[in-house]
Amino acid sequence: MTGRRAHGRGHPGRAAALFEFALALGDDALVLGQRLSEWCGNAPFLEEDLALANVALDCIGRANLFYRYAAELDGEGRNADQLAFLRGSREYRNLLICELPIGDFAFTMARQAMVDTFNLPYLKRLARSTDPRIAAIAAKAAKESRYHLQRSREWVLRLAGGTGESRAKIQSAFDALWGYCPEMFEMTSGETALLKSGVSVDRAAMKADWERAMKAVLAEAALEAPEGKWTISGGRNGLHTEHHGYLLAEMQSVQRAWPGLEW
Amino acid sequence: MTNDRKLPLYEVFVRSRRGLDHKHVGSLHAEDGAQALKYARDCYTRRSEGVSIWVVRSSEIVASQEEDAASFFDPSDDKPYRHATHYRLPKAVKNL
Repeated sequence: MTGRRAHGRGHPGRAAALFEFALALGDDALVLGQRLSEWCGNAPFLEEDLALANVALDCIGRANLFYRYAAELDGEGRNADQLAFLRGSREYRNLLICELPIGDFAFTMARQAMVDTFNLPYLKRLARSTDPRIAAIAAKAAKESRYHLQRSREWVLRLAGGTGESRAKIQSAFDALWGYCPEMFEMTSGETALLKSGVSVDRAAMKADWERAMKAVLAEAALEAPEGKWTISGGRNGLHTEHHGYLLAEMQSVQRAWPGLEW
Repeated sequence: MTNDRKLPLYEVFVRSRRGLDHKHVGSLHAEDGAQALKYARDCYTRRSEGVSIWVVRSSEIVASQEEDAASFFDPSDDKPYRHATHYRLPKAVKNL
């Protein structure tokens, strides 16, 4: 049974679409936050360790806000913790790019630059959502993402302008990640339905600007723009990479061992 | 924290509220001023400690030396007239 069908049952159409919308945004934030938190204690040096942990915490805080809203809309009456920690991989709606393993530091920063370059304009638009809760969460998150983007963008330039090794690593990171980016601009049927009432944002319409922005950064870093010979998606339908289950297993282990645990 | 590269050291000063002075809060390593400022934000203002941050390369600070302490500071020890408390207040003065 897929999550979509399970959650959809018993909802009037709009509430179900809104639930799915908030849930997917929460999933994006939580899964990326979980990945970033893997750097805690492992970053190249202490200052960057703290900085990365701060970004991870921003993501997890964002997820919490979206989940709490989703929980209020949930026909099954689950709370935020249950949404985060008791759903299986097929029920998760996050974008694939968020779940990929952290790789090396260049990979983490290239992913962050790609996601941040999308998130900032997306969240700024979402802050004008006709749904006041979504708008408020997006407005808060946009401030954080502005900072995240400054950081990730600077790191792209630093790594590209660093040693031959750092330059090769950041280039290969972009090459490996490029095909995961088109998924950021795919609209789910629920998002499309919510577009008419001004709740959601037209992702597809943001693609050209994102590509322009990314290519500008790559050009400034004198890196090659990847060719984009392949793309992959499926996260929004619960079809994830093989890495996703391991991420959930680690992240959910405490809540599954002690269901209902609070701290 | 595998390799501690030789990044320059920066001193961090944070102003906690408007109207107060920047206070030295610690130091950190960064590649340049822009990065030092961001790390200062992430390391020293995580709990809303500040509204303004200064960073300066530690090597740019000219510091007094311990061995100069005698000639630098001792001579002022016997000059109590440099303290306001040295002077007796005239009775006519009610508030100072």
